[in-house]
Amino acid sequence: MEMVFIAAAIIIGLGALATGIGFGILGGKLLEATARQPEMANQLQVKAFIMAGLLDAVPMIGVGIGMYLIFVVAG
Amino acid sequence: MAGTPVEYIKHHLQNLTFGKLEAGYQRFDGSIVSDTGWTFAHSAQEASDMGFMAIHVDTLGWSIAMGVLFLGLFRFVAKRATTGVPGGLQNLVEITFEFIDSLVRDGFHARNPLIAPLSLTVFVWILLMSALDLVPVDFIPHLAHLMGLGYFKIVPTTDPNATFGISIGVFILIIFYSLKVKGITGFAKELGMQPFNHWLSIPVNLILESLVLIVKPISLALRLFGNIYASEVVFVLIALLPFWVQWTLSVPWAIFHLLIIPLQAFIFTMLTIVYLASAHEDH
Repeated sequence: MEMVFIAAAIIIGLGALATGIGFGILGGKLLEATARQPEMANQLQVKAFIMAGLLDAVPMIGVGIGMYLIFVVAG
Repeated sequence: MAGTPVEYIKHHLQNLTFGKLEAGYQRFDGSIVSDTGWTFAHSAQEASDMGFMAIHVDTLGWSIAMGVLFLGLFRFVAKRATTGVPGGLQNLVEITFEFIDSLVRDGFHARNPLIAPLSLTVFVWILLMSALDLVPVDFIPHLAHLMGLGYFKIVPTTDPNATFGISIGVFILIIFYSLKVKGITGFAKELGMQPFNHWLSIPVNLILESLVLIVKPISLALRLFGNIYASEVVFVLIALLPFWVQWTLSVPWAIFHLLIIPLQAFIFTMLTIVYLASAHEDH
């Protein structure tokens, strides 16, 4: 049963790592592009949110599975 | 409903399941089922023993209720629409309508009168269903408990059945419109000749392209499910804390969810529009 907790921790941890790096790069590019062309700021923000939601998908699936493992499988 | 914290959490994560139990099955409270019949599950073990054909009645009920609320509200506003300065509710409906209109206009370039109403439905319905997550955890399940229902989850999008239902519906539309616009030969050619345009690489192409095709509904459903399920689990966890600490955690988390819930509904809608637009693409 302890292995289930370690598995859930690995799933959530690696997902968080990847999301952190991904969002960091995305946000940095958004700031650069906004500094270059401030009139595009609004459109760029909308597109950045869309990409943030897509990036979030697989780590969120991982968190959902991790929560299920911790609370339902491992009691 | 109380007991240990683990029991509390598990209790709040179990749907109200209506299914068939075989005769001779020993139930949660020790009684034996006399004949094979359809009943509500009284424990998580019974719910999983009911098999595939069991129904989550609470998911069904709340998703239909939210659908009726959406249709009723929008119809009510549409019937009483004024051309003068709009009131508050009409303003809200008009903002939503124009938002979806601009999304579809930017993303969809073929002619299809179904797409805009479909996107509006998907967006507002998913938004309303997920917004039920903001209702404090124990309010409505406690009322249901007083009425005799053991388990009651009010957020349909925390049930993968609901999210897969919507995404499989979108998937069927993608396949239908792909076949209708491109024809069977066009569709097969698109699956078989991309990305490598050589007749020898057809097996490789088929594997890659069918993978891309299958991932679309699966990722749509699981993205929405994962986000809302994880947030619901955190709400249940926060509900376990003593009452004087709860506000410090649940208020920021609920405010964060005022962003996440519309964002996930928006992404689902946006991806639906993009997938259907690429299904209509006829080179």
